[in-house]
Amino acid sequence: MAIPKVCGIETEYGILPRGTDPNPIAASSLLINSYLAGALGRRVADIGWDFLNEQPANDARGFVPDDVFAPEVEVHLVNAVLTNGARYYVDHAHPEISIPEVTHAREAVIWDRAAEEIVRSSMRHAAAVLGQGAELVIYKNNSDGKGNSYGCHENYLMDRATPFARIVHQITPHFVTRQIFCGAGKVGCEIPGRNDDEVPFQLSQRADFFEEEVGLETTLKRPIINTRDEPHCDPEKYRRLHVIVGDANMSEVATYLKVGTTAILLAMIEDDALGEEWRLGKPVSSIRAISHDPTLRTLIPLASGLNVTALEVQWGLLERAQKYEQSHGLAAVDESVGHDVLQRWEATLTALESDPMSLAHQVDWVAKLRLIQGQAERHDLRPGDPRLKAIDLQYHDLRPDRCLADRVGLERLVDPSEVADAMTQPPRTTRAYFRGRCLEKFPAEIVAANWDSVVFDIGSDPLRRVPMMEPLRGTADHVASVIDQSATAAELLERLGR
Amino acid sequence: MAERTHKNKPSTERTSEELTSDAPPASEVGEKLKAELDDLLDEIDEVLETNAEEFVKSYVQKGGQ
Repeated sequence: MAIPKVCGIETEYGILPRGTDPNPIAASSLLINSYLAGALGRRVADIGWDFLNEQPANDARGFVPDDVFAPEVEVHLVNAVLTNGARYYVDHAHPEISIPEVTHAREAVIWDRAAEEIVRSSMRHAAAVLGQGAELVIYKNNSDGKGNSYGCHENYLMDRATPFARIVHQITPHFVTRQIFCGAGKVGCEIPGRNDDEVPFQLSQRADFFEEEVGLETTLKRPIINTRDEPHCDPEKYRRLHVIVGDANMSEVATYLKVGTTAILLAMIEDDALGEEWRLGKPVSSIRAISHDPTLRTLIPLASGLNVTALEVQWGLLERAQKYEQSHGLAAVDESVGHDVLQRWEATLTALESDPMSLAHQVDWVAKLRLIQGQAERHDLRPGDPRLKAIDLQYHDLRPDRCLADRVGLERLVDPSEVADAMTQPPRTTRAYFRGRCLEKFPAEIVAANWDSVVFDIGSDPLRRVPMMEPLRGTADHVASVIDQSATAAELLERLGR
Repeated sequence: MAERTHKNKPSTERTSEELTSDAPPASEVGEKLKAELDDLLDEIDEVLETNAEEFVKSYVQKGGQ
């Protein structure tokens, strides 16, 4: 049976300093430090990230080609662990939040939205630190419109026993076509040589940047399937599928469907219940062709020689998933959430087929296209007009008084109070609970933490590392009472050691 | 629930042209959305960056994954 699809989302945010030092690295550090000091009362880097066991150069295919550039681990930049179990840090030249590990799509939406609110709070605290009208403006998007992209990655726990080649062949059709409902939309095109008249609007922020089918890189020659093999848990039992192909979503429904549909299909691949009927002939050219056609009529070749639309691929995947629910159940993704995802997935494909614009409250690219078309018509604007590109960027602007996504009536799936709680509280369902609760209760006795361990300093003894190699141990069910009963970290460790 | 027949069966011979003729009529939801759009555009004209050209030019993001 498929293993539980523990998952997470890591978002690199765009940052635009206004009236202050334009260096994005300094600005990102200031943003995060302002939050740590202003919102949490923490001194800078009180609790560091532990880089032991970080191996971003390991390749899931079991080899590392000679000509690739493995991502470097930067240890000198701001890097904090939060009480909700998330990591908040400067990655290259962007602020980034990796949400805590969660067990299903609804939890992913809650902690992804909480990350957004943490960034909003950070902006307010940074503005107070900067003074004189200066501010750091943050954008939850994936492109600057000038050929520079930054990612919104997803991670899914997979059974190590599942052959990697099967994952590659069977999930690629979804990664290429799911953009029809989880693309965030983009004005213009960033492929050299293509201009705005040819592609005035496209479905995805990211599709222009994918040049390979499979590979290790994340910053150049980006692959549709990323082979980074860094499980952050027991490597004998698990792999972490690191998905770099997606857009950051403003719509909760889009995030929900993006994570929910992908988790179901990955469970099916583990159970060998998906098959290769939809295996693609030309994934790289297809991901771009689909993105460049908001009419959704573009045909792409399957490996079998048939030509199909992205919608037809999605209908095929959905039908298989519905059969899988009947034959295997959806325990790996949470039965009720999984069932709800299937229903929404079907309703969304039905609407995309009959009247895509009816999804203006659910699908980001549709919401954005509606604004672009309306504005172009009202002011008689040509493709490529800066006012249209400004709408594109400002859709993702996280300032409440400027954010266009906040104004288009996007459907909300989760309660604002759940999001507010998730800014400081970890999910109860994964090891993130142990990490977050320990950070909340014993901050002075923790010297470092990372995904798979927490390191304590309880005085006279050497540092004590508590390994967390099982993502589903350390949940509230397992450790809440032990943490509640322990007045000190030493007591906690003693109880855990019994 | 899973019972659904495709209007167009995938084939090797199809071209994009064949698919352009059957544009569906806008739904009721679509009509309602159009009516809301005018109000929305008024609001957006108010909050949109005043110097769009300068704003778009200044938005440069290097060093991303």
